[in-house]
Amino acid sequence: MQDRPTYDELLAAVERFLDEEIVPNSEGARRFHGRVAANVIRIVRRELEREEEQLAGEWAGLDGLLGPAEQPQGRSALRDAIAARTEELCGRIRAGEADSGPFRAAVLAHLRRAVRDKLLVSNPAWLEEKTS
Amino acid sequence: MDPQQLSERLTEFLQRLHNARSVQIEGLRLLTGGASRQTWSFDAVIEDADGQRRTLPLVLRSDPRPSPGLMTREVEYRLLKAAGEEGVPVPKVHAMGDDSLGMPFFLMERVEGETIPRRLLRDDIYAEARASMAAQLGAILAKIHRVPVERHGLDVLPAPPPDRAPAEAELDRYEQTYRAITPEPHPAFELAFRWLRQRLPESSRRTLVHGDYRIGNVIFGPEGARAILDWELAHIGHPMEDLGWVCVRSWRFGNDDLPVGGVGTREEFWRAYEAAGGAPVDPDRVRFWEAFGNLRWGIICIGQAKAYLDGLGRGTMPPGAQMELGSIGRRIAETEWELLKLMEKG
Repeated sequence: MQDRPTYDELLAAVERFLDEEIVPNSEGARRFHGRVAANVIRIVRRELEREEEQLAGEWAGLDGLLGPAEQPQGRSALRDAIAARTEELCGRIRAGEADSGPFRAAVLAHLRRAVRDKLLVSNPAWLEEKTS
Repeated sequence: MDPQQLSERLTEFLQRLHNARSVQIEGLRLLTGGASRQTWSFDAVIEDADGQRRTLPLVLRSDPRPSPGLMTREVEYRLLKAAGEEGVPVPKVHAMGDDSLGMPFFLMERVEGETIPRRLLRDDIYAEARASMAAQLGAILAKIHRVPVERHGLDVLPAPPPDRAPAEAELDRYEQTYRAITPEPHPAFELAFRWLRQRLPESSRRTLVHGDYRIGNVIFGPEGARAILDWELAHIGHPMEDLGWVCVRSWRFGNDDLPVGGVGTREEFWRAYEAAGGAPVDPDRVRFWEAFGNLRWGIICIGQAKAYLDGLGRGTMPPGAQMELGSIGRRIAETEWELLKLMEKG
């Protein structure tokens, strides 16, 4: 286990440095890229906070669609296995199995959750749609 | 080429072009671009044979390195010239390039104004522009779609095969691209390909299509739109493609309740389009093209992420631009979300 500050505490410092020192003191492309950099830090912080829970949720969702399978140990193995099972799901969609009926509804519900999880990390504001 | 050398060569080119006694290049600066395609801005102070001086605000569009598959500068020049002659507000072309710079180029007049959409959407000084923008853009788009393609030699633009409907050809093209480049599976896109195929419009209508018609490609002032930019994705296709693209949520900048670039409703845009001579708008068909627009933007995001991954740690792009490219990969989910919403409606 590492000493304090934690990775999140360190990243918070980088984020503030970019937002409060680099962006206001730069112009043009550098200013814009300073904003992009601060946003990338925010994405990474949210991902580190949520990844474990989100991977477990996505695995459970794939179990529901494709049948239960043994969950691999370790985050990297789990990511690879989720990609492989998602590719399997893509194959079933291409074969027309999700064109209609209960499987379509289940696939749409699973994807809503999985894509919502991605947006909670990359751009939470996207989920708060303004409607008239 | 460094700015000094570029400035000297531009001076010689303009001297010959205007038969000038002297030419001075002032304020030369790179506006956008990496190693292959560049846009420069400068003022040319021209003293003619009679000693009269005038200042021309100009923009140089050049290709330091060949970019296969992209629109050539010669075609882009021809397109801007045609659009301008047909009454579309565009930067006026100044001169087609020759071999003076050792790379393909042309010059156009610089249109002053703002291009940052958030300013249009938020700043008080653009209140009037904001109120009229959707209708203005509708009317301008009708003019673009009425440009007579053959008369202006624009039949060199990319076009769907003669025996295929434009919608089907475009969908095939993007699906092929997706399958060739995606580093990861995207079930939402797989569903979208099938959903769109089941709803393909059969219409074989073909016109000039701008290909990137959205609020970020407009130069505007407090009074409204001044010029339409970025014609590099122009092609021959179905006119409704542009009507769908302009409503993609990614160009609304948070004003989600105003689908046309965050400034107007679909209906006011369509009314202005029809009133200016555009074809009658079928809302179902535009819905197809709006869904296609989300899918297309998603695949373009995959392309940017892929370019970043392929060039990781090397390449000629500055690190800041590489970071920007990479971060676009995390925008793919936005288009997946929009596609899921559209498909859930049936």
